[in-house]
Amino acid sequence: MNRRQAAAAAAVLVVLALVPAFAGTYQTQLLTYGLTLAIAALGFNLLLGYTGLLSFGHSAYFGAGAYGVALIMRYLGVSSMELFIVGGIICSAALAALFGVVCVRHTRIFFAILTLALSQVLWTLAYKFFWITGGTDGLRVPFSKLTLLGGLIDFPGADAFARFITFYYYYVLVVFCVCTALMWLIVHSPFGKTLQAIRDNETRARFLGVRIWRYRWLAFLVSGIFTGLAGTLWVPLNGLTTPDVLYWPQSGKIVFFAVLGGFRNFTGPIVGAVIFNYLEVYAIAVTEYWQITLGAILIVLVTFLPSGIVGTAQRLSAKLK
Amino acid sequence: MEIVALQVLNSLFYAAVLFLIAAGLSLIFGVMGIVNMAHGSFYALGAYVTAWSVGAAAAALPPAALFVFLLLGAISAAVIGLAIEPTLIRPFYRRQEEYQLLVTFGLLLVLEDVIRLVWGGTPLTASGLVDSLGLVRIGGLPYPVYNLLMIGVGAVAALALWAFVYRTKFGVLLRATAQDRRMAAALGIDVGRIYVLAFGLGCFMAGLGGAIVVPSQAAVLGMGVEVLVIAFVVVVIGGLGSLEGALVGALIVSALRTITIQFWEEFELAALYLIAAIVLLIRPTGLFGRKA
Repeated sequence: MNRRQAAAAAAVLVVLALVPAFAGTYQTQLLTYGLTLAIAALGFNLLLGYTGLLSFGHSAYFGAGAYGVALIMRYLGVSSMELFIVGGIICSAALAALFGVVCVRHTRIFFAILTLALSQVLWTLAYKFFWITGGTDGLRVPFSKLTLLGGLIDFPGADAFARFITFYYYYVLVVFCVCTALMWLIVHSPFGKTLQAIRDNETRARFLGVRIWRYRWLAFLVSGIFTGLAGTLWVPLNGLTTPDVLYWPQSGKIVFFAVLGGFRNFTGPIVGAVIFNYLEVYAIAVTEYWQITLGAILIVLVTFLPSGIVGTAQRLSAKLK
Repeated sequence: MEIVALQVLNSLFYAAVLFLIAAGLSLIFGVMGIVNMAHGSFYALGAYVTAWSVGAAAAALPPAALFVFLLLGAISAAVIGLAIEPTLIRPFYRRQEEYQLLVTFGLLLVLEDVIRLVWGGTPLTASGLVDSLGLVRIGGLPYPVYNLLMIGVGAVAALALWAFVYRTKFGVLLRATAQDRRMAAALGIDVGRIYVLAFGLGCFMAGLGGAIVVPSQAAVLGMGVEVLVIAFVVVVIGGLGSLEGALVGALIVSALRTITIQFWEEFELAALYLIAAIVLLIRPTGLFGRKA
């Protein structure tokens, strides 16, 4: 990271830290959603941007994190967010490890179809086994039952919502910063460089003695854990998890985050996720037909601006210099 | 015993529909090398056009004449496909697969909402077509003649497609283009025309699949995506790009679905996806697939 990037990151962090002081509860809540989704996008992009694998099934890991929390709360009576995070990571890691073994043997279109098919298996299970998962009603994870920082902070009473959003915003912000820093280290480590080498030329990487499958599997695992963590953080905010989080449009959204921001940039997916979240909320408010808007934006993006918002902004600023 | 016979017929009816969709998907992939994520939406389009036109004309026309509208559904899907390929899809042949998937995914989102915009959220039915043909007794149990007829339509479509691809001059050009686009272009084949016609034909078949299914079950929102994922399962089992594979895959998937619905309803879809995953593990190119 050079000095300019560090300064920019610090500036963004200061702005983010000040948001609850200026914005109302609703805006803070929206941004919290955006930050959780950004973690999912970061994880997803380790596969698409850095390993060259397009997953159409990341809803599975997001849902594993979300359902992990809901099931732990329902059946084990746990209320500590830290334990939820551990549980969510274990669930999504186990799932990604298992699905990864199957998926990384393929690339390109077969990888995409396989990830899609496997995520749909989970969706049908969550949908059909309603006596465990609540079926279409889903499972509730009310914030009033939640405690943060090992029980130090809890939110009793009916009017605790605003307080919850403020605390939870900072909680998510810290996790988000840790995740971003971690992902930065991963993609700039020898491991990350090897993934990029596999992406750019699989045959050469193989000749250099790289064990392709093992690296892809590890990338898949890390990617799944990040996305699962996003699902874990998302659930208390949403208060409910339904089979929708496992269904293919959720995977489509995660793909959208990365393409919107630009998947060849480290920050692209983060920017894409946050902007997408606003886009979705306001587009739904304005029109019932927001899918058409999304679809049109996606077509325009991949046709004319394949480097996404961040990539295009970088190119424009380079031109101005 | 009669129940088994009926279940076999049900399974064949479903296989006919699945074949039409999966063969179109496979044809487009085989010729152009793109996987059309919006393929299911063409199926839904065929279903909606047929249901809507049958509903609008039911009072004015005799029931037998309404069967024309099955063709109308298929043709509408084909016309839209013919318009979309040169404008939206064509710039993507030279680009990476990720972008091809993404642009057709965008198309899927748009088409799903266009259907909602035009026909709204209420399901449309065309059950008059099924009623008009009445029932036939199979070993004492009643069964709709319509389904039998449509099994026949599926079989005829499979034969016609085979004859078209393997016995006509256009089929030769099609296969030549699929094997080596640049060589075909160098030999004077108008590749652009082959592509647009192949895409249109694929959409026509998807639309026909939707049209023949809609009299027996309503046209609902989301039907396109549901069928897309199952069509993926079919082509993955049969082999992406292979028409024989689409036929065998459709028969396997529909038989499996009928059996699981009968005995283990909760696992109906899960079983299908698992089978696809297992086939990909053991035989990545599917039962009839070529080496990529």
